[in-house]
Amino acid sequence: MRFSPRDARFRALLYQVLALAAVVGVLAYLVTNTIANLEARKIASGFAFLSREAGFEIGETSFISYGAADNYARALLVGLANTFRVALIGVVAATVIGTFIGFARLSSNWLVAKLSSAYIEVIRNVPLLVQLFFWYAIISENLPGPRQALSPVSGVFLSNRGFAVPVIEWHAAYQWVLAAFVLALLVAWRISAWARARQARTGQQFHAFWTGLGIVVALPLLAFIAIGAPFRLIVPELAGFNFSGGATLTPEFAALLIGLVAYTAAFIAEIVRAGILSVHRGQTEAASALGLRPSFVLRLVILPQALRVIVPPLTSQYLNLTKNSSLAVAIGYPDIVSIANTAINQTGQAIEGIGIIMAVYLTISLSISAFMNWYNKRIALVER
Amino acid sequence: MSLSRGAIGWSRENLFSGWGNTLVTLLIIWLAWKLALPFFDWAITKAIWVDPDAQACRAAKGVGACWALITEKHRLILFGTYPFEAQWRPALAVLVLVALYIISALRACWRPWLALAWVAGLGAIGVLMWGGVFGLVYVENERWGGLALTLLLATFGIAFAFPLSILLALGRRSEMPIIRWLSVGYIELIRGVPLISLLFMASVMLPLFLPEGLTVDKLLRAQIAMILFAAAYLAEVVRGGLQAIPRGQYEAAQALGLSYWKSMGFIILPQALRISIPPLVNVFIGFFKDTSLVLIIGLFDLLTTVKVSITEPKWTGYGVEAYLFASAVYFVFCFSMSRYSQALEVSLASSAARTPVKEAG
Repeated sequence: MRFSPRDARFRALLYQVLALAAVVGVLAYLVTNTIANLEARKIASGFAFLSREAGFEIGETSFISYGAADNYARALLVGLANTFRVALIGVVAATVIGTFIGFARLSSNWLVAKLSSAYIEVIRNVPLLVQLFFWYAIISENLPGPRQALSPVSGVFLSNRGFAVPVIEWHAAYQWVLAAFVLALLVAWRISAWARARQARTGQQFHAFWTGLGIVVALPLLAFIAIGAPFRLIVPELAGFNFSGGATLTPEFAALLIGLVAYTAAFIAEIVRAGILSVHRGQTEAASALGLRPSFVLRLVILPQALRVIVPPLTSQYLNLTKNSSLAVAIGYPDIVSIANTAINQTGQAIEGIGIIMAVYLTISLSISAFMNWYNKRIALVER
Repeated sequence: MSLSRGAIGWSRENLFSGWGNTLVTLLIIWLAWKLALPFFDWAITKAIWVDPDAQACRAAKGVGACWALITEKHRLILFGTYPFEAQWRPALAVLVLVALYIISALRACWRPWLALAWVAGLGAIGVLMWGGVFGLVYVENERWGGLALTLLLATFGIAFAFPLSILLALGRRSEMPIIRWLSVGYIELIRGVPLISLLFMASVMLPLFLPEGLTVDKLLRAQIAMILFAAAYLAEVVRGGLQAIPRGQYEAAQALGLSYWKSMGFIILPQALRISIPPLVNVFIGFFKDTSLVLIIGLFDLLTTVKVSITEPKWTGYGVEAYLFASAVYFVFCFSMSRYSQALEVSLASSAARTPVKEAG
């Protein structure tokens, strides 16, 4: 390498050094300003505020108990749990509904196909935030009060205070059922590994899926009967102005969940449809010509190829749903963004608060994309 | 006769082919009867359209929709708190923007003068919105709002994000490791966090970043956050276009002795951008929808003005009507853009397929 601008390698090095210097320079400038500003405003930076008393109540908590006397760290943890709660339920529900709508759009029934494509078009072309407000308005303004609550199914009550549903009373012996379930999963996994190895060795098939499903259902059921089948349903009842007993989905949670699921399902439907369509017709015909039964054609030929197209955009939809759950702050569901926002307003620790939000979402995104890279490598087409 | 047999034949094939399909069709018709008819009743036949003092709306609550809310508040919803007698200015600005969208959509107008038209159009919009010259009263941008603000946020956001995104995409595919890492780091960082966190950052943290005495107003701060956000997403689309260009094109440009910037500017980018137009329009649709998030940091966009319109006591309780109207407005813009991008995809694909034939002949 010659140290002259005519040498391409020297130029490349020069550009890189300049770019790095510019970025570092801008960052350093911003950091100096920030430190000066923080000193001028007498804001102590750092995460010490996390151990201070939060002093605000949180409307709903999941898995973690919380009171106003707890500290900020615990409040943020509650927010994180709330984010995960809505994201997990949302992902499962959106996948099921989205897959259903995607198949419906390919239906031979004209009405079904047109209805699902109308659904997809309308949902995809309206901002999610508008949809969240819409669902929230429907629940909080248009549903009757608890005394006149709608009850579509006995034990379920829809009112402007949220959705009250019955729950099964927890019994100490249920942990045995859970243990049996975990054991059954392990056994089913071993059986399927054994069946695959045997098929590779001898060519003999074994109905590993159905056997596994049988074990997963039967073992917990047996455990349930063995402990004497204790079972009691707690049905919500009207007490004063609201329901007590059972589980209540608050209007905020219900609106957020409905909105996220309806929105993401429309995108998932398009992904599923594109995936199915990406498998060439000839594949189906060739598989049938080989004498495979229709269920085998779908399982052994269509799905493995369609999934290769479906899974990468599907995971990015899961990520989108999780990121979109941050819109909760607009309708007052206490997710991580909403709690961090309250903490920022109370303590003035803007940098730390926003840093926490970003760190949480970056961790989620990077882990999902790490998973996706692993999966893509695993299923990538092995070409000659 | 033949027509009716056609209709019967068509419905036998598409609606009643087999007992399963027949059952589903009947179920849908029954549901439509039970749900769509009452909805139609509520939304059209029993709706209240004009009602200045909200008396009739109260009476019809739950029976008919109160579109009178929109009739009463349409000026607020469309233009926010812009001075009432000067609202023809944002109205004209919206028309100019829509006209710019339309001419940009026509392939016959994809000529160099289009860029000039945009510069002139955006300049005219600036004059209209701010005023202060030609006898127009000056209006500070805290008072801009409604549909005009939504369109401006989206348009300016994309206009500034696009050049930035091209640089980022080229950087991500660069052979210089530091440039590549910086671009990848930026793109993944921005794409990994929700837009809200960036907007919070712009509204709460940006003032801390700037030296004492230098302040940037709220609208500009939000606009900067949206530009930085859009650039990361656009960059990925542009990168997709760059990756789709065959290696031979890069090598041919190099063999001709073109420098990096010349080969990108004259050979690679024109082809890459052309095939990325449909996905670019899709990113724009997403971005247009995302402008509604500025509500959370207190800007007066279309969604905020809709939300504000139902805060006056006599108009509370009509959220469903208000948000249906907002949905309709967003839908008109987004749906026409998505249809356009689909049509464009087809026509670009067919013209790309035709080119070699033309050259041979």
